Amino acid sequence: MKISTLGRHVREGVKNLGRNGWMTFASVSAVTITLMILGVFLLLALNVNHITQKVEDQVEIHVFLNVLADKPAIDQVESQIRANPLVKSIVYVPKKQGLEELRESFKEKAYFLDGLENENPLPDKFVVRTKKPEDTVAVAKQIGNIENVDKVVYGDETVEALFAVTKVIRNIGLVFIIGLAFTAMFLIANTIKLTIVARRREIEIMKLVGATNWFIRWPFFIEGLFMGILGAIIPILLLGTGYYFLLRAMDSNLAGSLFDLLPMFPLAYQIAAILLAIGAFIGIWGSLVSVRRFLRV
Amino acid sequence: MIEMFDVWKTYPNGTNALKGINVRINKGEFVYVVGPSGAGKSTFIKLMYREEKPTKGQIFLGGFNVSRIKERQIPSVRRSIGVVFQDFKLLPTLTVFENVAFAMEVIEAGKKQIKPRVMDVLGLVKLKHKAKMLPSELSGGEQQRVALARALVNNPGIIIADEPTGNLDPETSWEIMNLFEEINQRGTTVVMATHNREIVNTIRKRVIAIEGGQIVRDEQKGEYGYEN
Repeated sequence: MKISTLGRHVREGVKNLGRNGWMTFASVSAVTITLMILGVFLLLALNVNHITQKVEDQVEIHVFLNVLADKPAIDQVESQIRANPLVKSIVYVPKKQGLEELRESFKEKAYFLDGLENENPLPDKFVVRTKKPEDTVAVAKQIGNIENVDKVVYGDETVEALFAVTKVIRNIGLVFIIGLAFTAMFLIANTIKLTIVARRREIEIMKLVGATNWFIRWPFFIEGLFMGILGAIIPILLLGTGYYFLLRAMDSNLAGSLFDLLPMFPLAYQIAAILLAIGAFIGIWGSLVSVRRFLRV
Repeated sequence: MIEMFDVWKTYPNGTNALKGINVRINKGEFVYVVGPSGAGKSTFIKLMYREEKPTKGQIFLGGFNVSRIKERQIPSVRRSIGVVFQDFKLLPTLTVFENVAFAMEVIEAGKKQIKPRVMDVLGLVKLKHKAKMLPSELSGGEQQRVALARALVNNPGIIIADEPTGNLDPETSWEIMNLFEEINQRGTTVVMATHNREIVNTIRKRVIAIEGGQIVRDEQKGEYGYEN
């Protein structure tokens, strides 16, 4: 195809958008709503996934030792844990190091820990990892029975809850998105059908003088594509700014906590690319569906 | 050259429009297709530019087996044919020039070629001075001349006309006929379905008469042969 021909198709396609202004508006709105919801669910799902993964990586058993336990007692506990065949690794974290770690996780807000060095309230602990994450509960219970073990902490419930949430979000999102995507496609197909009816005579003449089917199809193709892309722009902008402010709010309130959201970039690019691609797909699909039936002249 | 061998056409509603047509139209010929309404004239014409497909038989046109070609080859066939209709089929929002240029744009002719060629054919149909007017500002005869210019602009070897004078008054009809003759004299094959007795009997050419889906008469310099 020649460049000048492509220019003609784009001009025709854009002209068609204006020709049925209100229908175009309705179609673009449908795409916008679809992609808006899709985008929200995507952001949710990606972040929940991210958090879940982080938590899963952290599924370790923290074995806090009795504050009064002396060196031989601690060695005794360690050898007993080591004897468990389900245990992969065991690391001794003396209370001094524990404080350092805590300080690190609070970053610049760790000042409130100042002055605790001499009167460290933290107990010594072991960090135990199991060979398989699902053994965590059983191993934790066994360790809990060992003498001189004060407290056993593990994050299994959190992981399970998060997985459940992800699943629900994914299912609800999928149903919503598929339904909305079809509505948007249907609306786009209808809008393009209107422009085709308006241009029936033109198409007839085009066919009679020997235009190829693709030559006739292109303007409608471009019309659909533009509707899809226009419909993607608003959600991208809204979600982008929304997420930006969410990140800022989270940063000041929940820094260092478990709910560490994905950073703005490259997430914003990824979401924008996905929404543009889906918008374009919906638009093109809608246009091709409606053109197909009209080309049999 | 157009050739048909034992061509039958039955429409989905059961109408037998054509029943075993055999015909050969040579390059450069001028042929009238006559016959009563509903005799199969239109179907005969439509088969040539592949608006309709034959139910049975073979049609050859300018090197294509039109009865066998694939969907995507249809454009190439149509580019070798110019078609003119009773109702002109001009685009009302385009000027005379644009209507003719449209046929060239659609087959992706270069911009530089379009203008001189369009002005050329508009000169041939004597409408150069009205190039910037809209079809609605023209008389019926002028509109048909624009349609003819559009049919000619891509230099087809064959012009197919379905009742080109059907909507025109007698005087204008003669003007259009003169143009068809001129085109024919330049070497273009003309196949024209018509009901115009006076024209057929005056500008004597080969006449093919179709009745009940069959060719009942085919003679050089023939007569119209029906009472209107």
